[in-house]
Amino acid sequence: MSIEWIITMVINNWPLFLRGAGMTLLISIIGTIVGAIIGLLAGVIRTIPTPERKFKRVLLKIVNIILSVYIEFFRGTPMIVQAMVIFYGSAMAFGVDMDRTAAAIFIVSINTGAYMAEIVRGGVISIDKGQFESAQAIGMNHIQTMLHVVLPQVVRNILPATGNQFIINIKDTSVLNVIGVTELYFQTKTVAGISFKYFEPFFVACILYFVMTYSVTLILRYFERKLDGPENYSMIGQPAQVTLTNTKES
Amino acid sequence: MEKVIDIQHLSKSFGAREVLKDIDFSVNKGEVVSIIGSSGSGKSTLLRCINLLEKPSGGQIIYNGENILDDKHDIHAYRTKLGMVFQQFNLFNNHNVLSNCVVGQVKVLKRSKEEAEKIAMKYLKVVGMDQYVNANAKQLSGGQKQRVAIARALSMEPDVMLFDEPTSALDPEMVGEVLKVMKELAESGLTMLIVTHEMEFAKEVSDRVVFMDKGVIAEEGSPEQIFNNPTQDRTREFLKRTLK
Ligand SMILES: Nc1ncnc2c1ncn2[C@@H]1O[C@H](COP(=O)(O)OP(=O)(O)OP(=O)(O)O)[C@@H](O)[C@H]1O
Ligand SMILES: [Mg+2]
Repeated sequence: MSIEWIITMVINNWPLFLRGAGMTLLISIIGTIVGAIIGLLAGVIRTIPTPERKFKRVLLKIVNIILSVYIEFFRGTPMIVQAMVIFYGSAMAFGVDMDRTAAAIFIVSINTGAYMAEIVRGGVISIDKGQFESAQAIGMNHIQTMLHVVLPQVVRNILPATGNQFIINIKDTSVLNVIGVTELYFQTKTVAGISFKYFEPFFVACILYFVMTYSVTLILRYFERKLDGPENYSMIGQPAQVTLTNTKES
Repeated sequence: MEKVIDIQHLSKSFGAREVLKDIDFSVNKGEVVSIIGSSGSGKSTLLRCINLLEKPSGGQIIYNGENILDDKHDIHAYRTKLGMVFQQFNLFNNHNVLSNCVVGQVKVLKRSKEEAEKIAMKYLKVVGMDQYVNANAKQLSGGQKQRVAIARALSMEPDVMLFDEPTSALDPEMVGEVLKVMKELAESGLTMLIVTHEMEFAKEVSDRVVFMDKGVIAEEGSPEQIFNNPTQDRTREFLKRTLK
C-alpha cells in the first residue's frame, strides 16, 4: 500500500466513487423520508383509541393486524434476504426486472417504515395524557389533536431516533449490491476488480461512508437545536391593569 | 332562572365500581357553583362526565334543551361551549403562550388568525399574562401556567367554565394569584363550576356549594348554609376534618 497509489486510484476512479456515494445517499434519503412517513401513519393508526361503533372497531382491528404482520415481518428478516426475495420474486411474478434503483428505494423505505412505526408508537404513548385531554376539552377531534398538539411533539421527540435510522440506512444500503444497485459498496467492488487491489479502494469507501454519516449527525443536531427554539422569551409591554365589567344579573 | 347544564340521573361506573350514583344537578346561567368533598368522592369524575372526557354510564346531560348523550350529538361542538381548567394545567407543550390560546379558536371555531389573536390577547390581559405571549409552557411558573390555561379556555368564549382543583398542584405562594383571577371572573358574571379544596375561597365566591360524598350529592345549598348550618352529619364531619 502506498499513499500515492491511493491518490492515483482516486484520481482515476473518482467518478465511480462519487456516483456510488451519490446513489447511496439518494437511496437512504428517500428511503428514510418515505419510511418515516409510513412509520408516522402506521404509528398513528396503531394508537387510535378503540372506537365505540362495532363496524369501526372490527375494521381498525383488521388494519392493526395487517400492520403488526408488516412490522414484525420486516423487522424480523434481514434486508439482504428481503432484497433478493423482492427483486427476483417480482421478476418471476411479472416477467420483467424491476428498476434496480426503484427496488432499492422500495426495500429501504418499507424496512425503515417498520422500524419507524414502532418508534412513532412509542413516541405517541410517551406524550402526557393531559395533552390529549386538554386538546379534546377545547373541542378538537382525534385528527386535530394529533395534527396540532401530539404529532409535533412526537416528531421532535423521535428526531434523534430518525437520525439514527438514517445513519443505519446509509450503511445498510451496502447490502443492496446483491441486486446490482450501483451504490458505494458496489462501485468500490468494481474499482477493486479493475485494479486487483482490495484494501485501498475499501479504505476510501470507509472514509466516504464516515463522512456521510457524520455529516448527517451534525445536520440533525443543528435541526434539533433549531426546533427547541430560543432558551429565553422576551416580555412585551407593561403589565395590564384590567378590571372586568360586572355583567352579573342580580 | 335559565339552566345552562341540567344533569339527570347521571351515573358512572369504572368496571364494577360505581363512582357516580344517580346524580341530579344543574348549573344556572351566571351562577358560581363549588363542589367540595373528600378525595375519591367523585368530584373530578362528575366534571369529566360533564364534558365527556369520561363517558357516563347512564342518565342524561341536557344542554340548551338537548340531551348531548344522544348518539347524533356533535360532542366536539358541545365541548367548545365548556372551558376546562385542569389541576395539571396541561398547556400545549408545542405552542407558546399566545398560540396556546389561538390554536383552538382557529382550528376548531374556524376564526381567522387575526381575530383569534385579538381575543387571545384580551383574555391574556384578564389573567395578567399578556406580557408572556412568547414564552413556552416550560418557561413559566405553575401559577403562570394555570393563568394561561384559564385564558386558553376563556378564549373559546364558552358558556360555562369548569375548574378541577385548579390550585392543588401549585406551590402555596402561587395559589393566591390564580384564586384572584378566578374571583374576578366570578364577579364578572361568568358561569363557573369549581371543584376545590380551598374552603375559604368557595365560601367567598360561590352562589351555591355542593357537597359530594361516595358518588352522591349529599347536600347542596348556599355557602352560609353548607359552611355554617349543614344539615347532614357527613357534611359536618367533612367540614370538621378540613376546616381545622
Ligand atoms: N379511570 C378510572 N378507572 C378506574 N377508577 C377510577 C378512574 N377514575 C377515577 N376512578 C375512581 O373513581 C373514584 C372517584 O374519583 P375522582 O377522581 O372523581 O375523585 P375526586 O373526588 O376528584 O377525588 P380527589 O379529591 O382526590 O381529586 C375514585 O375512587 C377513583 O379511584
Ligand atoms: Mg379530583
